[in-house]
Amino acid sequence: MKYFGLLVVVLCGGLLLYATQDFPAWGDPSSPASTHLSPHYIKHAVEETGVPNLVTAVLADYRGYDTMFETIVVFSAGLACFLLLRSFGLRRRGLYYRHIPTGVILHFKRPRSIPDYTGEFELMDTLWVPYDLIIKTICRILIPFIQLFALYVVAHGDFSPGGGFQGGVIFGASLILLSISFNLRSAMDKVSEKLLAILGAFGVTVYAGIGLACMLLGGRFLDYSKLAAVLPVDPVHARALGMLGVEIGVGMTVMAVMAIIYVNIASEGQHDEGL
Amino acid sequence: MHWQIDLFILTLIIICALGAIHVRDLLSTAILFGAYSFLMCLLWAIMGAVDVAFTEASVGAGVSAVFFVAAVFRTTRRTKD
Repeated sequence: MKYFGLLVVVLCGGLLLYATQDFPAWGDPSSPASTHLSPHYIKHAVEETGVPNLVTAVLADYRGYDTMFETIVVFSAGLACFLLLRSFGLRRRGLYYRHIPTGVILHFKRPRSIPDYTGEFELMDTLWVPYDLIIKTICRILIPFIQLFALYVVAHGDFSPGGGFQGGVIFGASLILLSISFNLRSAMDKVSEKLLAILGAFGVTVYAGIGLACMLLGGRFLDYSKLAAVLPVDPVHARALGMLGVEIGVGMTVMAVMAIIYVNIASEGQHDEGL
Repeated sequence: MHWQIDLFILTLIIICALGAIHVRDLLSTAILFGAYSFLMCLLWAIMGAVDVAFTEASVGAGVSAVFFVAAVFRTTRRTKD
């Protein structure tokens, strides 16, 4: 079976390599893509959309449908992860409490019978290791800057490389870093599961809502220039602002979905302890 | 000088890919996959596709490696085949 798999892979790879021979050379100015489509974008994108970054202009404006359904795919991935992995109730591992002044550890097999000893006792993970002061301090300093950078990447996607996807992923990564360096519960205290679910759905709604608003204002779906009727700018700048709004929606969805996937995988859907 | 860098990175990419297939420890596979993604990101940046490189660096080398590590943490570290 292993050799059959190898044979299939070699055959498919050979076929793909053979097919690439028909491709135009890299950067060939006479290839079909460079003669019809690219010159229009390169010549007219800035005057039509007011966005200097051509990639963002193509991604969020000329091919807005593509990006909208990519966002929906990301949202569906988070939803599938939630539906497959999330388990309510049925705590298998029991609860471990540590008495902070003495370091004595109590193991409760039936979690219902715990008195509330908040203050002296702290809930701890099954695979608990003493917190490293250096890691905790560095992450505490680093996380706000990572989040600020993520917001910069989302907001500045029109002018420099970046945009909703990258910014959302970086913001989600900061939440993951928080839950790795402290523990999963302290991260889930900052952003609850409900908030993540609402943000994920709200991002998609923002994207589709901007598209629908363009329709209500008399244009086609995702025709941002029609937003100039309600925004105090001319149609070209309305397209840039529409792209910004869409990117913010994408960023919210991607951020929430990254956190949802990580939390559900790392805690086996129990949301109590993780990596 | 340009094609030498390309060749060097492409060789490292193939080494990483073969290593990720052959190594039996799944945690190492996750790390090798992250390294593979990062080298791909360098390649995109050399070709001038900075947006793609940015996405590859954040999604491929960053978050998906963490997802793999989390999945290994909750399942098993050794492969059966």
